[in-house]
Formats: sequence, structure tokens, C-alpha cells
Amino acid sequence: MKWVLLGLIIGATVMSDVLQSHEMKRAGAQSVGLRGLGRLLREIAARRYLILAIGCMAVSFFSFMALVQREPLSFAVPASAASFVVETVMAKLVLKERIGTKRAAGTLLVLCGVVLVAR
Amino acid sequence: MQENGVSMELEAPEARRAGRGVAVFALVLLFIGLKAVGNLSLAWGMKHQAEALSANPLGYVLAMANPFAALGVAMLILALLTRMALLSRADLSYVLPVTAIGYVLATAMGRFVLHETVSGARWAGTVFIVIGAAMVSSTEQTTTGGGEAR
Repeated sequence: MKWVLLGLIIGATVMSDVLQSHEMKRAGAQSVGLRGLGRLLREIAARRYLILAIGCMAVSFFSFMALVQREPLSFAVPASAASFVVETVMAKLVLKERIGTKRAAGTLLVLCGVVLVAR
Repeated sequence: MQENGVSMELEAPEARRAGRGVAVFALVLLFIGLKAVGNLSLAWGMKHQAEALSANPLGYVLAMANPFAALGVAMLILALLTRMALLSRADLSYVLPVTAIGYVLATAMGRFVLHETVSGARWAGTVFIVIGAAMVSSTEQTTTGGGEAR
């Protein structure tokens, strides 16, 4: 059961993050001050891919709730970070981000850390 | 005078870029704090639930009646909105590793607040995450032209 929940968390997180990043870049710079939050909520309501992203985030979140009840927090949080690899590849292929040597090396180090933490 | 004007014109984009950088770091810190405390509160609330969660959606709604779980959910919603604002200003491939510091905080809070067992390998992993996140945070925050105010 724990691996099914983890798979759900990772799949839904990747989908949600790629959609969020794509749509938020199109929405322009946002903030989370009082006025900024209002504008951000209006942007979310006006963009269907952002609503879909939040739906995916909800699936990921409820799976996380079930996982954290069964497994230690110090396993659940780092293990769900396996989505890192897929998301970084998607950022390059779908979002056309430039991932230089330093960023790639840093991301690999983070990934090694996540694998160690999740053991 | 003209020299001054030219120098001011040259400084303006630099100042704007620096301002954006500060805003990104502020959003990163806010997100990490909200996520760490939100996760801790949610985990605390869920571990004190009598019934295990199943596929029944009602169980999830009832679980939120626990004040710690509800507070955790509220903080995680705010964290989600903060992250969306962050993604409007910085690359996804920048945000992911930089916010990974949150995993270190989760491990530390699991160990010291929830008294979970944390192995040596797990602590070594947190050091890798910190070094990797520091490396990524020194790269350009956006490579796709994002972050411009509309």
C-alpha cells in the first residue's frame, strides 16, 4: 500500500508542477501580500490548467495524508521527492528551461541526498 | 549629466533584477517555513487519529476535524499559493532543489519533535541536499524570461 500511495503522490505532483510552472509564467510575476493574494486567486480561477493542477495537487495531498498516517514523516516527505528527476527532465523538455552544468550537478546531489534519506 | 543619465539607465535593469532576486528568496523562505510547520502539524494530527484512512472520502473530511490536522492543511494551502507565486518568478528546475531544504527540516522535526528514529545515512542525505540546494541557488533563477510583471 505504501508504494501505491507513493506512486500516486509522485505522478500527481509531476503533472501538477509542470502545469503550474507553465501557467504561472504566462500569468506574470505574482506576490502573496494581501492585494497579491487576491490577484493570484483571480488568475487561478481564470486558467483551467491551473485548476487541473490544483486537482492533481489534491490527489497528491490526500495520498500524502494516508501515507503519513502509516509511515514516519522522515520517510514520507523525502521519499515523495523522487518526483525530482521526472520534473527536472520535464522542465527541460516541456518548459524549455536551460539546465546548466552547475544546476544539473546540484540537482543530482539533492537527488542522492533524497535517496539516502528515503532508505 | 548625460553620463549620469546613461549610468542610471544601466543601473535600472540591474536594480530591478536584484529586487526580483530578493522577492524570490523571500518567497522561498516563506514557502519552506509554511511547508515545514504545516507538515509537522498535519503529521501530529494524523498520528493522533483513532481510525486509519481508507478510500472513503468522508474519512479525510472527518480527519480534518482534528485542530492540528486542520491547522496543517491551512498552512499547506498557503504554502501552495506561495509556491505558485514563486513559480511565476523562477524556473521549476530552480525551485525544486532550492526548496529541498524543507526535506532537511522535515527530517530534523521528525527526529526532535516526533521522536522518530533517524539513521546516519538519513543525516548524510540531508547534508547532500543542503550542498546541492546551495549549488542550484547560485544559478540564474529564471532561464525562460519568466518573472516579468504584467
